[in-house]
Amino acid sequence: MTDLIAVQKIKKVFRKDPSQELLVLDDINFAVHEGEIVALLGRSGSGKSTLLRIIAGLIKPSEGQIFYRGEPIFGPVPGITMVFQHFALMPWLTVLQNVELGLEALGVSRKERRQRALKALDNIGLDGFESAFPKELSGGMRQRVGIARALVVNPDVLLMDEPFSALDVLTADNLRGDLLDLWAKEENAKNGILLVTHNIEEAIFLADRVVILDGSPGIIRDQLEVKLPHPRDEQSAEFRRLVDHVYTLMTTETVEEAAQVIDLGYRFPDASVSELSGLIERIAEEQVEHEDKPVDLPKIADEFSLDVDDLLPLTEVLDILHFAQEAGGDIKLTAAGKHFAEADILDRKKIFAKHLLEYVPLVKFIHTELTKSYNQRISKKSILDALEDYLSESDAERILKIVIEWGRYAELFAYDDKTGELNMENPE
Amino acid sequence: MKLRIWRNNQLAAWKPNVWDVVVLLLVFAILVLLAHGAGQMATPYRLGDRLPISLSTKYLPAYALRTTLRMFIALFASLLFTFLLGSLAAKNKHAERIIIPIIDILQSIPVLAYLSITVVVFIALFPNSLLGPECAAIFAIFTGQAWNMFLGFYQCLKNVPHDLREASAMFQLSAWQKFWRVEVPFAMPSLIWNTMMSMSASWFFITASEAIAVNNQNILLPGIGSYIGVAIMHMNKAAIGYAILTMLIIILLYDQLLFRPLIVWSEKFKAEENEGKQKPGSLIISLLRRTRLFYYVGQVFSIFADGVINYRAGKKLAKIKLARPKKSKLTPIIIYAWYIIVLFSCLAITTFLIRYIFKTLTLHETLYVMKLGCYTTIRIVILLSLCMVVWVPVGVWIGLRPRVAQIAQPIAQFFAAFPANLLFPIVVIIIFKYKLNVNIWTSPLIILGSQWYILFNVIAGTTALPKELMQVATNFGLKKWLWWKRFILPGIFPYLVTGAITATGGAWNATIIAEIVHWGSTTLKASGLGAYIAEVTATGDFPRVALGIAMMCIFVLIFNHLVWRPLYKLAEERFQI
Repeated sequence: MTDLIAVQKIKKVFRKDPSQELLVLDDINFAVHEGEIVALLGRSGSGKSTLLRIIAGLIKPSEGQIFYRGEPIFGPVPGITMVFQHFALMPWLTVLQNVELGLEALGVSRKERRQRALKALDNIGLDGFESAFPKELSGGMRQRVGIARALVVNPDVLLMDEPFSALDVLTADNLRGDLLDLWAKEENAKNGILLVTHNIEEAIFLADRVVILDGSPGIIRDQLEVKLPHPRDEQSAEFRRLVDHVYTLMTTETVEEAAQVIDLGYRFPDASVSELSGLIERIAEEQVEHEDKPVDLPKIADEFSLDVDDLLPLTEVLDILHFAQEAGGDIKLTAAGKHFAEADILDRKKIFAKHLLEYVPLVKFIHTELTKSYNQRISKKSILDALEDYLSESDAERILKIVIEWGRYAELFAYDDKTGELNMENPE
Repeated sequence: MKLRIWRNNQLAAWKPNVWDVVVLLLVFAILVLLAHGAGQMATPYRLGDRLPISLSTKYLPAYALRTTLRMFIALFASLLFTFLLGSLAAKNKHAERIIIPIIDILQSIPVLAYLSITVVVFIALFPNSLLGPECAAIFAIFTGQAWNMFLGFYQCLKNVPHDLREASAMFQLSAWQKFWRVEVPFAMPSLIWNTMMSMSASWFFITASEAIAVNNQNILLPGIGSYIGVAIMHMNKAAIGYAILTMLIIILLYDQLLFRPLIVWSEKFKAEENEGKQKPGSLIISLLRRTRLFYYVGQVFSIFADGVINYRAGKKLAKIKLARPKKSKLTPIIIYAWYIIVLFSCLAITTFLIRYIFKTLTLHETLYVMKLGCYTTIRIVILLSLCMVVWVPVGVWIGLRPRVAQIAQPIAQFFAAFPANLLFPIVVIIIFKYKLNVNIWTSPLIILGSQWYILFNVIAGTTALPKELMQVATNFGLKKWLWWKRFILPGIFPYLVTGAITATGGAWNATIIAEIVHWGSTTLKASGLGAYIAEVTATGDFPRVALGIAMMCIFVLIFNHLVWRPLYKLAEERFQI
């Protein structure tokens, strides 16, 4: 049996100019077998959407090769279709015309096209919406059209790019169920689905196998078979155990990560001060209730309906700032973290400032530069220049923005967007 | 929601209703008129013949017909130009690097200049036929329309949403299918809007295009433009009144028959519905929707379009399926050759131009023309500021009152479409009568036509301000100047800049007909670059024409790059809500 899709030694480097290279994917190998649903799970920035687009033939890999039924591919091929995160429906075509689009490209006759499209719409429960325009439909209905459009060409492989993440929780649940029902039909027995998601529960609910991508550059952290029978009960003990297991896999540092020094060019994830303090407060409450035991991360995620995408960046920053320690899918506040949770607004700022100076080299750097400069002003550009050795331009911009927010909150320095200058004075 | 396509077998049961008859009559009438007008164009003509233009009102409908016909032929040509070059520029970066700057310059060249260059060529192409001058006139109208349609279309093609591109790649639409299913529909609202703008612009220059008075030629093509020209020559106020009335009627007619329906139709191409805003309506669309025949005509048309769009689709699919993309070794050579050719042509043209201009002209004259350019610039800047002082408060006042805005918005747009040069004679009479200073009092004419862009952009900007912000402003009791400074002006800034850019563009072009105006044997001339170009074009003094045009291009380009681009950037970065 040949694999539907084989991903071999894929590497992707984004290059802005010759001096700046950003490795987003490194040495990716995996396969999608016939009749299998595979979920690619990863945090934002792990390169999972890029990987999906490489498999789709929309982006060329820097190295490596994608095989479709044993043949190398170099662009989109018939047999592989895609469902998009934001639907990508043509707003000027009716629902029916949108579904017919793929068939038009295949040169199917007008009559047959119509019949097949109507049947596909019927199957996904869109009977009666044929002549509506996408803008008249709700998000869930639009994604149904997206799925019908992809399925009507009878693909061997259905690629799905976070198909449910733009929908509200109830709609997404409902649509996931319908997708599985549709997939269970006999004619699809030999086809495969490759789904990109950052939602652990979604991955475990849908997939036969979960491929966990991690880090930047993205590498495959682990692969996990899910052998539960469909329909799966999200509350069952077995299901929860798997969720916990994936959390642990995703939060445990690898040997390389543990060895990584937090230097000037450390790639901090997006985490705002208000989110950080909110999370500290919540963990503190939980610890008070449960006699200072470590708190289960999946529980927090569930409670706030946060994806790993939202939660893990926050826990990572708390860890770096020594406000909390994470291990094995759990998190626990340090003494400083607890102190922060109990403090009032002004004290919090002081604690935050102290930790920033101690544990974030970039803040320390900015602070030193400011004290050194004769009028206590430096331009943002000079800092970006200093970061140039470590980071790509866009990354440097992004990280500096986060760090400036932290510094402003901690009242370590002020920033004037108009002049692009950092200074130590209080703003007028 | 009923599915309409399943009514195939109903054609047999079709019975016409009253509305079918009405629409049929309408269509036949239009067809007959067009055929008649087109027949007249190819009549024999020899250079030097004088075509009699009668000021009698009974000829006006025929003149109006021929003018309209010319405009639509030019419009069709512009559309073709837009589709071909627009896609080429958007898809091929090597072509893009050349085409975009060229269009940027071409659009700052005044319409009259094109006429003076092309009229000779066209007359030589069609000797002994009126087709020569006709083509020259149509070409002049085309140059008034094409550039902004091209730029709008090109912008749209560059901005096709990324996921739609990916979707069409994923489903492997051919380039032809992609063009008609994705790119043209995406550009449609902007294309229609720009087409309307273009029509207004061509009305503005209709007299200059039809009454060809360049290179000492004097050809009057039958049409409204010539009618007005002759009326001005004979100082016939009544005739001018009739001409204005006729134009009003024509503009109203094609607005109702063509653009309204198109706008209503183009609503479906917009990605999101504008909630709360009233949807545009159209009498014609409502009429067509009541007819049965036209429903079937629509069906036939859609089958036909389907056939065209999907022609040969899928036949090549098997081949591209798994092929490794090949890079021809020739490609880089062709690209290099292309750039080398471009470079050499640039050098050659520059040398030629400099030699040509300075063979007959002195540096002294160049400096003089530069001075004239400065005068014109000053005029435009002052007038623009004055217009803003007047129209910003008015626009804001209207914009804050949704009911008034609904009435005022179409009126302002209509004024923008109305050729303001028709009002010139009135100004001339006043200036003449009260012996006013020509340099000052002809100036308002420059901005007469384009001031409306400022007004309706301000109205649009004010209506677009979020309600919450307005409530906040009221809540904090922002008053008077503070209210303007902190709320309204920053809020409408992007719209104001857009309006001002459009208005200035129109103003530059208008200087040529506004700085020198005629009434009978009286000619009033202000000193400015526009008047200079108009004068030298009339006598066919090519070196000076070239000098004048080059100077205007330079001024416009400098103005755009030093003033508008930075302001536009600022508006995009800081004031976008």
